Amino acid sequence: MTSDHLRPVGTDGADDGHTIGVSRRAFLKAGVAGGGFVLGFGLPTFAPRATAAKPASFEPNAFIRIGSDGSLTLTMPQVEMGQGTYTSISMLIAEELEVDLSQVRLEHAPPDAKRYGNPALFGDQITGGSTSIRAFWEPLRRAGATTRVMLIGAAAKRWHVDPSECHAERGEVVHKASRRRIKYGALAADAALMPVPEKVTLKRPEEFKLIGTPAKRLDTPLKVNGKAVYGIDVRPAGLKIATLAQSPTFGGRVKSVDDSAARKVKGVRQIVRLDDAVAVVADHMGAAKKGLAALVIEWDNGPNAALTTQEIGRQLEQATLSPGAVAQNVGDVDKTIAEAVTKVDAVYHVPFLAHACMEPMNCTVHVRKDGCEVWVGTQVLARAQVAAAKATGLPLDKVVVHNHLLGGGFGRRLETDVVTRAVQIAMQVDGPLKVVWTREEDIQHDMYRPYFVDRMSAGLDREGMPVAWSHRFAGSSILRRFFPPAFKNGLDPDTTDGAVNTAYAFPNVRVEYLNIEPPGIPTAFWRSVGPSHCVFIVETFMDELAAAARKDPVQYRLALLDKSPRAKAVLQLAAEKAGWGQPLPKRSGRGVSLQSVFGSYMAQVAEVEVSKDGDVRVRRVVCAVDCGTVVNPDTVQAQVQSAVIFGIAAALFGQITLKDGRVEQTNFDTYRVLRMSEAPAIEVHIVRNTEAPGGMGEPGTAAIVPAVMNAIFAATGRRLRKPPADPADLKLT
Amino acid sequence: MSYTLNVNGTRHTVDVDGDTPLLWVLRDVLGMTGTKFGCGMALCGACTVHMNGAPTRSCLTPVQSVSGAAITTIEAIGNTAAGRKIQKAWLDLEVVQCGYCQSGQIMSASALLASNPHPDDGAIDAAMSGNICRCGTYLRIREAIKHAAKSTATGKED
Repeated sequence: MTSDHLRPVGTDGADDGHTIGVSRRAFLKAGVAGGGFVLGFGLPTFAPRATAAKPASFEPNAFIRIGSDGSLTLTMPQVEMGQGTYTSISMLIAEELEVDLSQVRLEHAPPDAKRYGNPALFGDQITGGSTSIRAFWEPLRRAGATTRVMLIGAAAKRWHVDPSECHAERGEVVHKASRRRIKYGALAADAALMPVPEKVTLKRPEEFKLIGTPAKRLDTPLKVNGKAVYGIDVRPAGLKIATLAQSPTFGGRVKSVDDSAARKVKGVRQIVRLDDAVAVVADHMGAAKKGLAALVIEWDNGPNAALTTQEIGRQLEQATLSPGAVAQNVGDVDKTIAEAVTKVDAVYHVPFLAHACMEPMNCTVHVRKDGCEVWVGTQVLARAQVAAAKATGLPLDKVVVHNHLLGGGFGRRLETDVVTRAVQIAMQVDGPLKVVWTREEDIQHDMYRPYFVDRMSAGLDREGMPVAWSHRFAGSSILRRFFPPAFKNGLDPDTTDGAVNTAYAFPNVRVEYLNIEPPGIPTAFWRSVGPSHCVFIVETFMDELAAAARKDPVQYRLALLDKSPRAKAVLQLAAEKAGWGQPLPKRSGRGVSLQSVFGSYMAQVAEVEVSKDGDVRVRRVVCAVDCGTVVNPDTVQAQVQSAVIFGIAAALFGQITLKDGRVEQTNFDTYRVLRMSEAPAIEVHIVRNTEAPGGMGEPGTAAIVPAVMNAIFAATGRRLRKPPADPADLKLT
Repeated sequence: MSYTLNVNGTRHTVDVDGDTPLLWVLRDVLGMTGTKFGCGMALCGACTVHMNGAPTRSCLTPVQSVSGAAITTIEAIGNTAAGRKIQKAWLDLEVVQCGYCQSGQIMSASALLASNPHPDDGAIDAAMSGNICRCGTYLRIREAIKHAAKSTATGKED
């Protein structure tokens, strides 16, 4: 497929001919000028099908536009950051609309949470939490089916035949008996006048033509020739470029700035001073960076100037000595542990982690007296608009936001700090301004996966099987800040995800959480969110129990899974495909993990080799996944590969540390990520069924970290309770 | 001071400091945004271009050092045989995810293929390990390079 599905449309004000960002204005213009058929659909927010089929009772929401010229445009409610959602979402619509993927053109949705809100994430316009397919699976198929029914109705009316004699295929309505066929575009005007059907029947899985079959991605042709436009690539006329230094300590302030040398740098136009940051505005980033390096900034380091990660870890560990908010409580854990034959205890620390998206943080803003225009790639389009409105003081409808492709998100682009910062600077600058963070700023002013400390305790019976499981942990709640209503009684649904209601049958289980926000370091969602931490703890401690019981880690888990057949099946499949139990060379080992999060069941077996010097190499990863109905199997495989590579980097290298209140890591030399030569072979085995689809962008990251840590234990006998794996702990002495 | 560059066969004269990295001249002065910024320290490879066919990190290459060199960027790599094969292989094997690093990956891979038509795993590791991909597309990149090499071996043109 060579066609460019993301139609190159000049963004308003852009001076190059190959911008693919689609502005709200362009979208609205096209909608009016096309004279075509725009169909609105409400999102049923988990409403049962019968209720959902009455469009009159829904707020309208537009995904499909069929032009009289035959154009077929799909508006994407979720943003594309590599996860393949533009293709998968198009498949849902195209399946029921009866069009080929090669016939559609895609547009980014404008900021409009009412029409494009994610029903699985508070109705906010958010792409995250591996929810895209889960949230839009039914509404978008219904959108396609309803449109198809109306097109068929329009054709039948024109031909004076009964609609039941007609069917749709490849963008045409066909009347088989008379061999007549008519293209959707020719029906657009008539279809717009047809009544919206109260009920549509969605296809049965055996009728799917697209869903479940590998599809070519629609967003990639422009990504192999340099024409794809990410936020960082926009070039409105008259653009200036800025880069910035923010207070190295969180909560610090600018005390003084000597910009005399910076002003002399060729191409530097302006120095913008904020309370807690200084920016250099220039003709190009080279001059801006050179200017920034020439600034002499004195900082007032503020209240967190002495903060260290060690101190944060110590305080969190101390906190876990007291009870927390109870997230799950079954039976009598304390009594059972006290009376158990064997007791196993462990304390774990998981580190702060940066996102390190390949596209460094950036945002382009043009502030005028009467309005503000923003160009950005963001996971939270509507929030970006709100952030710009708030920072400028303008009403929301005076803020236009253009969405662009995201050069990675991983949760970092769920935050709008970058928008706010860019607006603050641009308010002091005439004309459009692109604020680009250096990689150092990107790493040192990320919002980090929280540090957690977990105190685990279990009681084992005579056979070594767990009769009681106690999990208590302390750390940050992202949701408490991100969506306060979700935080209730000391708990939120994300932070404990992966720790509560696991697939395992424990007769007595208690999970407690202590919400403690360490001062002086901002935290945020990170790929695989709550489970990034909880699954690591549960699966590593489970391995510790198996070791204490001197049992095989796979058999030990299987014995606890009689009530979770889907979990059991993926574990068995992964173990079988990995050759579990077959001998390996010395200092090599296999580790396993199992989880049920994001609506998907996943087991992984990692095979590692540990050198004499303690360096760990992951050789092979076998993943078995049951994510219910598979939309694009190639994307499922790609997302597992992606998530595994992302997670191995965390397991082996990932940590952000603070010294004197400052993040110590700066760039890819000190915040290592996995490289080509370090990537293992990854096998993905998909269990196919017709259960509701599960999320696939994130599960692989949560699952791989414990699998690697457990494999390191199998290879060396060393149990690492504080990732990342430190070669010093694994070195042969 | 002005410098004259030969980018994709076209001459451009730019008026910037001589130590300005080529990356910013391409992106911000000439408006060729296909070449990406990732780290600014030649650690990630996102900014890779070809200078006289050799893969070069443009983020640390001063513009004053490139006059006389033939610079090729992602925008024109499809005009070369190796580049065209690599681009096609990338789509055939669905390598790309977010795609941000892929300009650099494709530039490194096409330089490899142009100099070594049958790279083995060791050669691929050596040529590609300077290019970071946070989406973890490494396995497919490896396969795609081999796929492109096969189309070279059989002499099949796309």
